[in-house]
Amino acid sequence: MNAEPLIKLEDVTKAYPGVEEPAVKELNLAVNPGEILVLVGPSGCGKSTTLRLINRMIEPTGGRIIYEGQDVTKGDPNELRRRIGYVIQQIGLFPHRTIAENIATVPKLLKWPKDKINARVDELLEVVSMDPSIYRDRYPSELSGGQAQRVGVARALGADPDVLLMDEPFGAIDPITRDRLQNEFLRLQGELKKTIVFVTHDIDEAVKMGDRIAILREQSEIAQLDTPEHILTDPADEFVENFLGSGAILKTLTLRRVKDIELSPLVTLKEPFQRDQALREMSDANTNVAVLLDRNDHPTRWIDEKALNRSSSLDRAGRPITVQLQPEDTLQDALSAMLTSAAGMAVVVDARGHYLGGCTVESLAGLLIQTGQESADS
Amino acid sequence: MSTAVAITAEDAEKKPTTRRWRADSLDLVVTPALFLILTTLLIVVWNYSDFDQTTTNILEPAKLWRQFQEQLFVAFWSTVLVVVIAVPVGILVTRENVPKIKDTLVSILGLGQALPAYGLIVLFFVWLGQGAVTVIIALATFALLPVLRNTIVGLEQVDKAVIEAGKGMGMTGPQRLAKIEMPLSVPVILAGIRTATVINVGMAALAFLIGGGGLGETINAGLKLNRPTAIFVGAVLVALVALAFDFIGGLAQRYLRPKGV
Ligand SMILES: Nc1ncnc2c1ncn2[C@@H]1O[C@H](COP(=O)(O)OP(=O)(O)O)[C@@H](O)[C@H]1O
Ligand SMILES: [Mg+2]
Repeated sequence: MNAEPLIKLEDVTKAYPGVEEPAVKELNLAVNPGEILVLVGPSGCGKSTTLRLINRMIEPTGGRIIYEGQDVTKGDPNELRRRIGYVIQQIGLFPHRTIAENIATVPKLLKWPKDKINARVDELLEVVSMDPSIYRDRYPSELSGGQAQRVGVARALGADPDVLLMDEPFGAIDPITRDRLQNEFLRLQGELKKTIVFVTHDIDEAVKMGDRIAILREQSEIAQLDTPEHILTDPADEFVENFLGSGAILKTLTLRRVKDIELSPLVTLKEPFQRDQALREMSDANTNVAVLLDRNDHPTRWIDEKALNRSSSLDRAGRPITVQLQPEDTLQDALSAMLTSAAGMAVVVDARGHYLGGCTVESLAGLLIQTGQESADS
Repeated sequence: MSTAVAITAEDAEKKPTTRRWRADSLDLVVTPALFLILTTLLIVVWNYSDFDQTTTNILEPAKLWRQFQEQLFVAFWSTVLVVVIAVPVGILVTRENVPKIKDTLVSILGLGQALPAYGLIVLFFVWLGQGAVTVIIALATFALLPVLRNTIVGLEQVDKAVIEAGKGMGMTGPQRLAKIEMPLSVPVILAGIRTATVINVGMAALAFLIGGGGLGETINAGLKLNRPTAIFVGAVLVALVALAFDFIGGLAQRYLRPKGV
């Protein structure tokens, strides 16, 4: 990336009063426009402190922070914060304000006209996949954790800031919902192209979310700053290696998405069909399972030869398909889907649930071996 | 990854919009019930006990009405005084950049409340002379603590993440106070004001001690002249006023609570 960095930290130091060692020590960091830069490191290493320095939730005790070419420490911190979205793990929705009022917070502070605010609120609710007519007038206590975090993101996007600071935004959410929110957020970022500084302590999340990752140790010292691929395949030192944990190559699976690999065509069945022809197709394809599609092309069940031969109705034959992949899912998702699926493979559907193809263990294995060799070469 | 399981998990996560049963609904029932029982007793006693001339004199309706008004006057203004002092002080001592004096303050006022109200009234009498104003100031001192303490507690129980989020979006200190902290501490502060009101209404019965009038006069006359009926009527009237104020306080707490919490 050759564009001028949007945010630059120059020798930034933060020492909390009464604490001898600074929490952040002489940190230099540049954030490029449109990228997700992930700060990842063990708890207490100074990630949150670093993030909070950028929007002046706390003031540095040394160094300079440049945003859009200007030293942020000059000027009104409130005015600065209205231009920077900020999402925290606890979300901090205003419990006495409706969802709409929550999202309208910054536009209201900026004194936008009322109808512009209303239109913006509805737009943002759509952006985070929540129906405005249902959620606009609800209160935060009526939301699930996942929905609340969506509203938190919508609120941070309120006045369309160029920069988002996110401090473990998905940290307090159950794994399944978190995974979904991460995927949604990445899709969203594909359209919005915000400049994002994203803090997490979870290396898997870092690899998944980051365009670049800064691995931090004590006092926010950068152990390695690079793309996820490079960090996973070429860790700078033992600290990074330990932090990545075992299976760094397996983690590269989170870097690629189902849409990046070629889908394998599976044998599909759809009522009404000819049993003999189905059996012939299966043997031609050298497989013993087929996917049953319903009238709308939604995959419903795995049907094997035995089930095909035995049962008269297919509605209850074979096994139900409980796990489906979408093109945006990572290959890591794909792997676990295959391992839990009854057929040892997974079906891929589009956003509306229509069948697209299949994903097999063989296709993944090939990819992994290739990655392993590349990393050994470098 | 979209899984059948995931969908049900998300559904299960959705909170139903149940109406929470609140403990303070209870006293909106109990207080009126007590009020009714006491009123019935009062009517029975008033109609069926022997009124000799002295009792009739003590319980002359015009006199009772005057005392009732005096009682309310003292209670009302002492409560107003408490609120205009304790709430701003409570706000002030909980600000980020103010030295942490709140614990000391609460302890000192705690000492004030440890004195009997009677003693406090006499102390202020020595200092300020007699009259309703002295009583109002004495009662305000006595009832300051619950309001101050609840203001502090109310402001401090506001979820720090909510304040942090407000700050992070560029709300100024006063904006955070007015739009987040105060609305979210209203229920707790109101509870303190309610307590103070009830204390003041009850303690206003002591106003007569230093010429502040009030229903205490009736009770006192009944005691001095040994007229149990007069004592009873005076005491029940004080209790009824206190119950009425408690009820109003309960209603305020219920309906001034911010929506959504
Ligand atoms: N307000 C504060 N006062 C004093 N020390 C603090 C404060 N906030 C954080 N720290 C200390 O600074 C260090 C870095 O904290 P933090 O930035 O929150 O780490 P992380 O987000 O990486 O877990 C920790 O040692 C923490 O104890
Ligand atoms: Mg942190």
